[in-house]
Amino acid sequence: MDALTLIIDYLFSEMYLRAAGMTLLLTVVAMFFGMLAGLVIAVIQETGNKQLNYIVTTYIWFFRGTPALFQIIFIYNVLPEFGINLSSFMSGALALALHEGAYVSEIMRAGLQSVGKGQRNAARSVGMKEWQVMRHIILPQAIRVIIPPIGNQFIGMLKLSALVSVVAVEELLLVANQAASSNFLYLEALTAAGIYYLVFTTIFMYIQGHIEHWANGGYRPKTLVENAPDTKLIGRTEAR
Amino acid sequence: MSRDPNSSKRNIIEARNVFKSFGDLEVLKDVSLDIAKQETMVIVGPSGSGKSTLIRCFNLLEGIQSGEIRFEGNIIKNIDKDAWKRREEIGMVFQNFELFGHLTVLDNITLAPIVVKGLDKKDAQQKGMALLEKVKIPEKATAFPIELSGGQQQRVAIARSLAMEPKLMLYDEPTSALDPEMVKGVLEVIQQLSQEGMTSVVVTHEMGFARNVADRMVFMDHGRIQENSTADKFFNGQVSDRTRVFLDQILIH
Ligand SMILES: Nc1ncnc2c1ncn2[C@@H]1O[C@H](COP(=O)(O)OP(=O)(O)O)[C@@H](O)[C@H]1O
Ligand SMILES: [Mg+2]
Repeated sequence: MDALTLIIDYLFSEMYLRAAGMTLLLTVVAMFFGMLAGLVIAVIQETGNKQLNYIVTTYIWFFRGTPALFQIIFIYNVLPEFGINLSSFMSGALALALHEGAYVSEIMRAGLQSVGKGQRNAARSVGMKEWQVMRHIILPQAIRVIIPPIGNQFIGMLKLSALVSVVAVEELLLVANQAASSNFLYLEALTAAGIYYLVFTTIFMYIQGHIEHWANGGYRPKTLVENAPDTKLIGRTEAR
Repeated sequence: MSRDPNSSKRNIIEARNVFKSFGDLEVLKDVSLDIAKQETMVIVGPSGSGKSTLIRCFNLLEGIQSGEIRFEGNIIKNIDKDAWKRREEIGMVFQNFELFGHLTVLDNITLAPIVVKGLDKKDAQQKGMALLEKVKIPEKATAFPIELSGGQQQRVAIARSLAMEPKLMLYDEPTSALDPEMVKGVLEVIQQLSQEGMTSVVVTHEMGFARNVADRMVFMDHGRIQENSTADKFFNGQVSDRTRVFLDQILIH
């Protein structure tokens, strides 16, 4: 069998399809809860309750100050000592989500802050309640600022999810590794996994473009672009 | 200061001995002021004298430390979860317009009537278009704020406030951020409303405009009301020396 045939075989094998599904599931679940955590943190930081702020600061300090790999291994091995037994998938997803939340909060915060005091007060001056100001004025404008970097986070998470192979979650990297070690054909097994990753990132980028267009209603006011925070500064690359 | 029980029939705002500070900085010091219904009051004073803060206390964008402010006889003091009820009845126009950037001109105007008052969308839009006629830019209904000149944005901002049918309009330096050629159009709208009987408080340095519209002139300095007199007296020069020094300064410019 030549290399190409084996790669194609791998690509459509049940083993790889399951693993790819697992990688996608991990990414989506971790991002969903990560974004939720990030939004909650951002709102807490914005409203400025002292005690809650203290907790949130500690959380961010811990999850930004330690490697994601450490967090995964920590949650998988240490939580059971406190009687919390999670499956390897649950531990992995939880660790990734908590890790993500610590970074996404910054994106969410930049988004909320992109809507200035002036507009908030204008909204209050016409009688809107605080939640209406959030719902009708802040969030719709924040989302335009938030979506581009969130798209990057999704792609980052897809790659980061490979880390949970250390706690034996059967995702793409683990399965590729297993396939390769059974026959020592690393090129074929890893190429098949790499193709999946590339296909997913390409699809994510495509979706991101469409959502961005939708969020802008096909129209992007110039001021919002000028006021948008520098997403490079809050991207994940240099932080890990 | 004692309070005449009938005064609230006459006055929409009654402020008594109001003190307000930001941290250690005292911004309003013992301010007492009545605003009569249908009256147009112009407030002048140097930058930092507390003009914005004072009118922001009227619609509860700021709270006060002591004293009392009444709106139609009812005390307003602290920002609480019911603050919106007061704000709903008081329009405010800001120096920098503060239109909602993600909404078209018409949506800027109809949003609050729809979400705060529960108005039907069609009715709100019809009313919104009538208001755009009033401020003389109906052709911009579907434009976004960023596509308008400053003067146009400010007229939309006025229409946005009017859409809530306020009993009082507060204008905080409505033309200070405008290019000179835009000022006139905005002042004309404010003047027209004033003449139609809208109770108005205008913080401005446009003395020609003040002379045209003001029933009452207030001069603030260092957080205190230094002068509060009828426009006639004020513009006939019956003012304190301190006020005169300020007026001479801004009239030279
Ligand atoms: N939110 C705030 N926090 C702290 N200081 C403020 C705030 N708003 C206004 N001030 C201060 O209060 C004083 C009065 O401000 P303001 O009412 O804006 O004056 P004016 O409108 O007459 O220029 C100024 O010294 C200003 O710096
Ligand atoms: Mg001011």
